[in-house]
Amino acid sequence: MRLQAAGVKLGYGDRVIVDGLDLGIEAGTVTTIIGPNGCGKSTLLRALGRLLKPQGGEVLLDGKRIDRIPTREVAKILGVLPQAPSAPEGLTVADLVARGRHPHQTWYRQWSSDDEGAVAAALDMTGLADLAERPLDELSGGQRQRAWISMALAQGTDLLLLDEPTTFLDLAHQVEVLELVRHLHQEAGRTVVMVLHDLNLAARYADRLVAMRSGRVIASGAPHEVLTEELLREVFELDAKVIADPVAGTPLVVPIGTLSRG
Amino acid sequence: MTALPLRVGVASWRVRLRGVALTLTGLVLLALLMALNMRIGDIAMTLSEVVTGTFDAGSAAHFVIMELRLPRALTGALVGAALALSGALIQSIARNPLASPEILGVTTGASVTVVAGLVAGGGVYGGVSGLLATLGVPALALLGGLLGAAVVYGLAWRRGLDGYRLVLVGIGVAAVFTNVKFWLLTVGDVNDTSRAMVWISGSLNGRGWEHVAPTALALAVLVPLTLLGTRSLDALRFGDDTVTALGVRVNPARALLILAAVLLAAVATASAGPIAFVALASPQIALRIVGSGRPPLLCSAIVGAVLTTGADLIARTAFSPIELPVGIVTAVLGAPYLIHLIWRSRK
Amino acid sequence: MSATAVAPRLLGVRRRRLGVLLALLASVAVAVVLSVTIGSKSVPLADAWHALTAPTGSENDLVIRSLRLPRTALGVLAGLALGVAGALMQGHTRNPLADPGLLGVTQGAAFAMVASIILLGASTLLTYIWYGLAGALVASVAVFALGMVGGRGGPTPVTLALAGTAVSALLYALTSALVLLDEQAMDVFRFWQAGSIASRGADVVWQVLPFVVAGLVLALVNAPGLNALSLGEDVARSLGQNIPLTRTIGIAAVTLLSGAAVAACGSLAFVGLIVPHLARPLSGTDHRWLLPYSGLIGAALLLTADVIGRVVAPPGELEVGVVLALLGAPFFVFLVRRRKPVRL
Repeated sequence: MRLQAAGVKLGYGDRVIVDGLDLGIEAGTVTTIIGPNGCGKSTLLRALGRLLKPQGGEVLLDGKRIDRIPTREVAKILGVLPQAPSAPEGLTVADLVARGRHPHQTWYRQWSSDDEGAVAAALDMTGLADLAERPLDELSGGQRQRAWISMALAQGTDLLLLDEPTTFLDLAHQVEVLELVRHLHQEAGRTVVMVLHDLNLAARYADRLVAMRSGRVIASGAPHEVLTEELLREVFELDAKVIADPVAGTPLVVPIGTLSRG
Repeated sequence: MTALPLRVGVASWRVRLRGVALTLTGLVLLALLMALNMRIGDIAMTLSEVVTGTFDAGSAAHFVIMELRLPRALTGALVGAALALSGALIQSIARNPLASPEILGVTTGASVTVVAGLVAGGGVYGGVSGLLATLGVPALALLGGLLGAAVVYGLAWRRGLDGYRLVLVGIGVAAVFTNVKFWLLTVGDVNDTSRAMVWISGSLNGRGWEHVAPTALALAVLVPLTLLGTRSLDALRFGDDTVTALGVRVNPARALLILAAVLLAAVATASAGPIAFVALASPQIALRIVGSGRPPLLCSAIVGAVLTTGADLIARTAFSPIELPVGIVTAVLGAPYLIHLIWRSRK
Repeated sequence: MSATAVAPRLLGVRRRRLGVLLALLASVAVAVVLSVTIGSKSVPLADAWHALTAPTGSENDLVIRSLRLPRTALGVLAGLALGVAGALMQGHTRNPLADPGLLGVTQGAAFAMVASIILLGASTLLTYIWYGLAGALVASVAVFALGMVGGRGGPTPVTLALAGTAVSALLYALTSALVLLDEQAMDVFRFWQAGSIASRGADVVWQVLPFVVAGLVLALVNAPGLNALSLGEDVARSLGQNIPLTRTIGIAAVTLLSGAAVAACGSLAFVGLIVPHLARPLSGTDHRWLLPYSGLIGAALLLTADVIGRVVAPPGELEVGVVLALLGAPFFVFLVRRRKPVRL
């Protein structure tokens, strides 16, 4: 178990969003958290990435409490890409990606050959080498998202947490980003946890789905175990048919309509 | 935020309850402070003396109230409201809580011309007629304020008025004016410097009906105008693209609202000098009390009026017979309160 | 472009940045030479060199060693300090309006100096400056503490900025009240306020030197952390940055740098406001370059303005604060108009 939430209570101020939640992430898997808006997916991901301190319970990284490990050490093991991050105007792709090396640098070692190699490899892997000179704000949405992922890759962590990495992207770019995630997983053996909205893409690119509602985990397991017609009704209040994806064989959700509420 | 729809015929608005409650509380508080201002002073009066004095044209109380205390208190309230409204407009347009009329070159421009006038003509003022002495400084201030604003406006305009460029140009111009003012203060006699310092701090001492009238007129024209502009102001908080999509013509709306802010600040400064902190703090105080996304205009104006009137009461009476410039007290009162609000809002 | 082709590109950028750094260093050197040789009494370069290496006690030697040299050194220190402090302040607050005076240092220094004159009878420049320094540090710590108590897990930039403005306004009001009551204090205050590096003497230079050096070291330590912070707090934390610590170091650096500069030279904080906007187009968003560039531009600008102030209105001099405002600020406005401003 690489990353684990044990009885965590999460919220902002007095507003509790998640209470007493348990979740474990196995090494070398791609886990996708799904659920309706406001169910606490992003809050959970932030807590797993120690961006949010639990009000109760604990988050364990490799069996140790994550808040007891120096934050810089955590940053060498685990990278988090928050939702819709913003960069200062004029920052180039290469500079952004280079900032991913931050946890590996000290005041006397600002740019080692390791740093150089990691940045070049990250740019290459995301297909951004040709755009390295360009300011981030001149890129398309898909390219910008890839640049941020590239920064997270340059960080060189085993564990990657991605919060809705496909938001604002067209379908082709969504697939492109997820193919990249799969590539990272298969080639480099990285462990990935992400939040996704598109159920069909989630089913296709995840080893494991975690379905949440109102701050609780309703179901978790392989996509075909989780994405059932009953679960869709319970979690999303969605009346849908689930058929086999003609391409990948994974479950495919075909909506019929929302359940009449009340 | 609780908002009630208010519909009269085809017209309809959304009314924020907390805003209305604050407005009413503020007006009551303002009325109380005005009443206190009438009563307290070198000659203390009871409320009934104030009332009879107001209507008995022949009495000594009548003179004290109608010629000294009332115009001074009214000037304070109006000037405070105008400065606060100006600040609220600028903070909304620049989307920056640190923006104030100083950014528009108004108060700093006025300070330069007035200090120059006081330093250059220091000796002259004692000699010439009282009319020039009373009208001269406000006229200089108005001139300097409008000139300063014209410089900022002209330099910031480039195929439209970008809020960010306006702010940057504004701090550049303000730096010039402020340091020229500092230098002018070193040029003259130290007595002139003191008189200039009183004006720079903002003072309501000896303000009469001739100061009430122009400020009241400016507010009467500009308040309805800016309230009409509220819709654009709400939209201007978003980026220019969004604003255009919301159907607001960005440049004319922004240009007009800035012009209104300039005129309000210029008229207020001409009457009472650049009273410190009112324009910057009142919108932030109102924002934190009402809890809206941008400084609420009307509430800001009322907070400004209350702050200035209360401050003048203290400035007039606390160290009697020595009178402090009101601007010193506004800062001493407003700063801790703003700090308290910052503190509370984070918990 | 393949992975191997990225490396030379990165190298090219570094080379260009080093080139700019050298050019800025050279311009500071030129400004230093001008500042040592030019003034109400011009000293030939050879005599100036002579005065530095083998003084004989001639009139020129005296002018150089006791007046020009300390004045030049103070100009370099103050310019460096204010430029770096300004860049730090704008980086931490992500606000282009933030100047190093924002934490209350200017008004803290002013209030402490005026109070020391009136209440404690301080009467020499060296004493005022000690009080000024103390006032600047105390005001800044108070503002920071307010922001700290107000915020969870460290002060947020907006809270800090507002708390700083509020404390400054309060102190300015108290200072005004004091100087209105005391003519002697008013006389000291108005000349300090105008901003000058003239007639300060070598002892003042030694007085502020340790504060500036400590501040510069902290600033350089802070630069990588500030880079991480500029991507937003979440990303910074995920990159392993300790955010409260980064903010505290940054603010300590700003306090030391601007406190020392302002106490010794008066209201020059706006130098720190303008200089980073001049440096940013050259450096880009990387604070490891932005901070040194801002410091060097600040030093060159301050010295040049001081030299101009010495010759522009003979037989008198114009205070450097006025010259800076009349030259630097319009140049700044020109730059803002000419190019699209770089947002933070």
